Amino acid sequence: MSTTPVVRAEHLRKSYGTTLAVRDVSLTVERGEIYGVLGRNGAGKTTTVEMIAGLRRPDGGTVEVLGLDPTTQAAALHERVGLQLQESAMPDRLRVREALDLYASFYPDPADPADLLDLLGLTDKKDTAFKDLSGGQKQRLSVALALVGRPELAILDELTTGLDPHARRETWAVVEAIRDAGVTIILVTHLMEEAERLCDRIALIASGQVAAVGTPAEIVTLAQGEQVLRVRPHTPVADAVLLAAVAGVPGVRDAVVEDRALVVRGGGTVVQDVMVALSRHDVRAQDVRLERASLEDAFVSLTGTGTPGATTTPPTTPAATPTTAPAEV
Amino acid sequence: MTTPTTPTPGPTSSTATGTTPDAAVRRRALAPTAGVVAHRAPGGALARMIAVEARLMVRDPSVLFFALLFPAVLLTVLGLVMPWADLPYDDSDPLLGAITAITGYTPIVLSLAAATVAVSTFPAIIATYRQRGVLRRLSTTPVGPARLLVAQVVVNLAALLLAAALAVASGVLVLDISLPEQPATVLLAFLLAVLSAFALGSLVAARAPTAAAANGWGMTLYFLCLFFAGVWLPLPLMPDLVQDIAGYTPLGAATQAMTAGWVGQPFPTTQLLVMAVWALVGVPVAVRLFRWT
Repeated sequence: MSTTPVVRAEHLRKSYGTTLAVRDVSLTVERGEIYGVLGRNGAGKTTTVEMIAGLRRPDGGTVEVLGLDPTTQAAALHERVGLQLQESAMPDRLRVREALDLYASFYPDPADPADLLDLLGLTDKKDTAFKDLSGGQKQRLSVALALVGRPELAILDELTTGLDPHARRETWAVVEAIRDAGVTIILVTHLMEEAERLCDRIALIASGQVAAVGTPAEIVTLAQGEQVLRVRPHTPVADAVLLAAVAGVPGVRDAVVEDRALVVRGGGTVVQDVMVALSRHDVRAQDVRLERASLEDAFVSLTGTGTPGATTTPPTTPAATPTTAPAEV
Repeated sequence: MTTPTTPTPGPTSSTATGTTPDAAVRRRALAPTAGVVAHRAPGGALARMIAVEARLMVRDPSVLFFALLFPAVLLTVLGLVMPWADLPYDDSDPLLGAITAITGYTPIVLSLAAATVAVSTFPAIIATYRQRGVLRRLSTTPVGPARLLVAQVVVNLAALLLAAALAVASGVLVLDISLPEQPATVLLAFLLAVLSAFALGSLVAARAPTAAAANGWGMTLYFLCLFFAGVWLPLPLMPDLVQDIAGYTPLGAATQAMTAGWVGQPFPTTQLLVMAVWALVGVPVAVRLFRWT
């Protein structure tokens, strides 16, 4: 049972009138992973997950979710799949706790609303009307509602769109907590940073087609295939010693010393292998910098469509966020 | 275009959160219920939806006023202020002449009560729910959005019955209106009035894409209904042609049928049939036309 994919979609196709929203999307989501569906606005991400969730009937292709056919077994599916939809609101005057209690009554074995409020940091807002919540609080309520049925699969669509960086990171922590509790997650996003930070695997969608599938690192490797590691030794070390230390390390394609720092180019597990090799030669690093293609670069090179959502998102360089640590110490 | 980062481990590092003290809470809250087939109390979700919708209506002061109190307030104010209130309703007719004008106005107010809730309040709420994705959100749950419509109809129906009861009660207590000669006929006419008015409101609710659209369509329809129901000019004072047309509109027929039962005119078969047809045609058409998103 645990080896059966949670979602198996093959050659999905969907058009609205003359607009082909999804051309050909196949993807397989394994149990327990955070699966990113990444692409720019209008790429067909939402339509794809709506077909997976049984909200839209595909024009072509097959989809199976938790062993069920979403087109004919939607009601059974909805007991086991939680959805957080883009742009879906609650009535203005409905209070947080009331919304959760109401949605809890829809499911055979719901989570305790109090626990969920706790988890999502909404306990002190439980008597607040929906219209008085901040954007982040509304999103967290939306996530809580998607989770109240204790789903095996949660589909989160543009979860952090419109949130400030702080609220966004808080929401990410929640997503990780959900996965840790054993829930499989499909995360629809146009944010590189989000996909890179959270997803175990990513399907890159462009123009209604899957452009690439893999771990964030694999996708980056697919696009660029190279990482650049720059190590500055703690104490001065002869260039020859540095180069000798990493000679023969698998994955190293090129090693030079620039400005007393060792610069290694390579792929795969080169970063750790080089650090281990240096350590064996008693070289201790004072400063380590890893330069590599970001997912954003990968996106551009794999889809040829430019940065997704470039006009609406803040800079997504990991260095800009405190959680990924400053590059230089 | 490269970006410097420290060599951080991949997303798998997040499993570390599983060891934090509140991990147990998370697990309890979120652990999937794979394979659990519990039997939900049938109607449990519907009962809760009805309770929630009722609470939301009570929290909306304007809806509360117009749906619940407006008919009673209108009748009472007119009865107390208007010099015509205690004059005979229609001197030219022996039966209509036997009641006061304010008694004759009571069926009109009951039609107004039905129109206010069914044609104005109800479609506006449904359209708001459609516009804001409330219906769509429900379609992702095992319960589905249809039950919300049922809950809305139940709550609006309750509000309407309460409004009608308040109006009649204040008429009797404050204005000393005379009671119907044929209560059963009045009741039957009122129920059919409610059904046909809801049929009309449902047509708006089925299609209006936004709350603004529902308000626009609903208000137009509402004022037409009020006109034919005789709110501004009681039917006996209208030209015969207008009275004839009114008899084929849901609330014009409603006023005529309730008035007939109130004063003891012959049984208003035509008007009751008109309302039944509106209900029998309107509701299925609305169901067929209904858009969830």
